Amino acid sequence: MNKVVNDPAAALDGIQDGMTLMVGGFGLCGIPENSIAQLVKMGTKNLTCISNNAGVDDFGLGLLLQAKQVKKMISSYVGENDEFERQMLSGELEVDLIPQGSLAERCRAGGAGIPAFFTPAGFGTEVAEGKEVRIFNGKPHILESALTADYAIVKAWKGDTEGNLIYKATARNFNPMMAMAGKITIAEVEELVPAGSLDPNQIHTPGIFVQRIFQGEKFEKRIEQRTVRSKQ
Amino acid sequence: MALDKTGIAKRIAQELQDGWYVNLGIGIPTLVANYIPEGIEVEFQSENGILGMGPFPFEGEEDPDLINAGKKTITAREGASFFDSAMSFAMIRGQHVQLTVLGAMEVSQNGDIANWKIPGKMVKGMGGAMDLVASAENIIVAMMHSNKAGESKILKACTLPLTGVGCVRKVVTELAVLEIKEGKFHLLERAPGVSVEEIIAKTEGDLVVPEFVPEMQL
Repeated sequence: MNKVVNDPAAALDGIQDGMTLMVGGFGLCGIPENSIAQLVKMGTKNLTCISNNAGVDDFGLGLLLQAKQVKKMISSYVGENDEFERQMLSGELEVDLIPQGSLAERCRAGGAGIPAFFTPAGFGTEVAEGKEVRIFNGKPHILESALTADYAIVKAWKGDTEGNLIYKATARNFNPMMAMAGKITIAEVEELVPAGSLDPNQIHTPGIFVQRIFQGEKFEKRIEQRTVRSKQ
Repeated sequence: MALDKTGIAKRIAQELQDGWYVNLGIGIPTLVANYIPEGIEVEFQSENGILGMGPFPFEGEEDPDLINAGKKTITAREGASFFDSAMSFAMIRGQHVQLTVLGAMEVSQNGDIANWKIPGKMVKGMGGAMDLVASAENIIVAMMHSNKAGESKILKACTLPLTGVGCVRKVVTELAVLEIKEGKFHLLERAPGVSVEEIIAKTEGDLVVPEFVPEMQL
């Protein structure tokens, strides 16, 4: 099954105001930067974005925040973004902060047909407010529900025309679970190859989870915290 | 003399045991990796998806696809593996990681920890901290004994929104090593040259002080 579309415009066709999007990445690592640029171009408003982070002021999802396209963020850590903090503290932006492991598992559950699960994370904290608590093995756990999205937008290293994906290093992060949890999943890849070119043993995300795939025109891959040691 | 951040990291590194998988949080905990005792082998897990985290790369060899949970560029050691975030937290929740070291804004004498939010002022989010503290058997907190205003952060009860309840076992500050058990802080060691009186004065929570308190050996 050929899932290839020509460009970000074709890939993101159908995304409308008010929709819920999952966007892969951890910090600026493994984010679908061509698709985010396209969303800014489209000007789609009132989006709910599920993403571990909110980018930085001038890159990643920070670009959507600057353009005031986001109504609500569902994230685990949002520390590197001044505009985000301003919008949140002023009440312009709704924010749902979720423990990182719960966020990952909620996406996985959404894609795996598990409506909810119990986790110890967040018990006894604000996160547990209003949630069912049950004791397993003598330890309290809280009920967390699955997350799904109208569109999931993920970034992979290599992909084939069938939508099979391989990620590189820690750019994998949330991308595989989000790919599973989108009603429509768009994969943006650095290298798009014909079916049969990738070793089936090495596939991280099987093509069944991907509806549209395209090769990004260029990837800036900005580094958030460049840290090096000296060669002595 | 009170320890600096490096000193705190060095003291925590003495807690490492051969064969452990260890998760280090952002800040002082990250420095622990620089002081692994000789003759033991540990593997560092970073929750964004790597086991076998190595040192920072040499200049010019940074890979934007290879970072740690603090979003810093890193390297992978021989034998490293990469995985997704759900798998990463399966390792953490499933208690496959033997030690978690993280920072804190406040710790209480029953082992509660607060480190993710100051209402009305700062909301950065909890990241992976809530999953880590809820699941790890062995949690060491690296922190300063007092805040910038000089108020103790070693408390009877936390005042900030909690990250986890009853989970912290040990606290290492610039002044002391404290163990938490039976609802109290127990003074195990003091920093070189730091008096027991100073530690008592700067600890708001209940502190059990034995007759002899050894100095840390760094």
